[in-house]
Amino acid sequence: MQPIIKVLKLSYYYDSIPSLDDISFTVDKGDFLGIIGPNGAGKTTLFQCMLGIINDYRGEINLFGSDIRQNKKTLQRVGYVPQKKSVEQTFPATVKEIVSLGMIGKKINKESIYNAVNFVELDAYTDKRIGELSEGQQQRVIIAKALVKDPDLLILDEPTTGIDSATQERFYDLLKKLNKDKRITIVWSSHDMNAVERLANKVACIDRKLFFHGESGDFFGNDERMKSYVEFAMQSHMNLHFRTPEDGDNNLEKS
Amino acid sequence: MGMLFDIIQYGFMQRALISAIAISVICSIVGLFLVLKRHSLFGDALAHVTFGGISLGLFIGVYPLWTAYIVAILSAIGVNKLRESTKIPPDSSIAVLLTSGLAIGIILISISGGFTVNLYSILFGNILLVSNDDVIIILITDAIVIPVIYIFYKKLILITFDEKQAKVSGLNVTWINTLFIILASITIIASIRLVGVLLISSLIVIPNITALMLGKGFKKTIFISCAISIFSVVFGIVTSYYLNLAPSGTMVIIMISMFLVTIIAKNMKFTLNKVLVTKN
Repeated sequence: MQPIIKVLKLSYYYDSIPSLDDISFTVDKGDFLGIIGPNGAGKTTLFQCMLGIINDYRGEINLFGSDIRQNKKTLQRVGYVPQKKSVEQTFPATVKEIVSLGMIGKKINKESIYNAVNFVELDAYTDKRIGELSEGQQQRVIIAKALVKDPDLLILDEPTTGIDSATQERFYDLLKKLNKDKRITIVWSSHDMNAVERLANKVACIDRKLFFHGESGDFFGNDERMKSYVEFAMQSHMNLHFRTPEDGDNNLEKS
Repeated sequence: MGMLFDIIQYGFMQRALISAIAISVICSIVGLFLVLKRHSLFGDALAHVTFGGISLGLFIGVYPLWTAYIVAILSAIGVNKLRESTKIPPDSSIAVLLTSGLAIGIILISISGGFTVNLYSILFGNILLVSNDDVIIILITDAIVIPVIYIFYKKLILITFDEKQAKVSGLNVTWINTLFIILASITIIASIRLVGVLLISSLIVIPNITALMLGKGFKKTIFISCAISIFSVVFGIVTSYYLNLAPSGTMVIIMISMFLVTIIAKNMKFTLNKVLVTKN
């Protein structure tokens, strides 16, 4: 079966400094891929290459079988949730208006908008300004916007950073539901390794280079691999928020 | 209202009111996107460039409006490219545009030893002097700007909300931004007749920031902004006529008054709600 995403020997240099170095991996239909890596590891750059925002990279990225640089139409099948950015309170668009923006290029279907808003449990807020909602609710609006066009692939770039833990949990339940019930392939970057372990069936660890890509259990169930990942990440002067099996339930802040 | 009917019988007043209403509508629509993109002063800068363009036209003996259009559109596209391709902050690139336009205008005026046209009306506007040709140009500008914004309405909202998300949605963001900048340029040039180069940003900014305090939803905000702007220009023209004041300044003072009243009313409502919540 043809993979949904195929990244082959991807390298990207920013001001002659490598942001991504010789990265290759594939994502199959129905996968829930968690991408982990420290700040500055190149996760956002990787997504920007995959989404056709950055085009001057070396290597190849195929989305649904075609080169993203040649065929931007495949982006119609992709929903994208960027890193949380707070929306100004005065931004006048309502929840309904923002969600409808996901249908640009398609005929506006009010039922689809209602279903997407309902799915993220914001039906009571459809006529509220997006800026009046909490940050967690705003992220759910962006998810609804991504879902309204019925995507086959959802790409989420650290969507829960800066959001309180209760809201994060609701967000993770939502992602799980999307992957299991709607069969949407998910690629998701996060610093929350507990959540990645819990939700993702595949994991990719990057820090400019690809350290590991494979089954989630092969990474989180292998203490040696986890330890060497920590060393790999620490060498890169990063902040990692994670829990090792030896630490039990205590969160370790490594920096 | 009676005063309005009294003066509407004059031809110059009919032309003034039609032009003022047409200009206020497009300034409100284009202005909302500029304000939300944090490019409020872009209108001001474009107006100054237009001043340079008008001066150039007068200097080389070409109809000034055409040189104003060419210079303003090319400068706007240039500044947009500058903003996209370099790391210069948007407000700084706008400042470059503003001062260049003004500097060119001043140099051309000094070389030619001053123009015979009324510089005062370019700087401060005079809606009571609009000719039939001016009215036609303003109405044509409306006929271009409103349908194009309507066609690209959703795309413009998405780009204003988040350019990256717009790119991922497959939109050609650079092309749409360039188109919008051209629309903004022709809107500004058409509006100079109303309030002049120096007060143009009032039409772009004040009705919109007032409407942003009142409107829920993009469409509603545009309608409220248009209503505030139309009321201000019509009331401003009538008042200035009877009180013998400068029309442009009067319109802007009315807009600012409405803005201040809205702030006070919003604060009073907030305080009242707080008191009621505390009592309950």
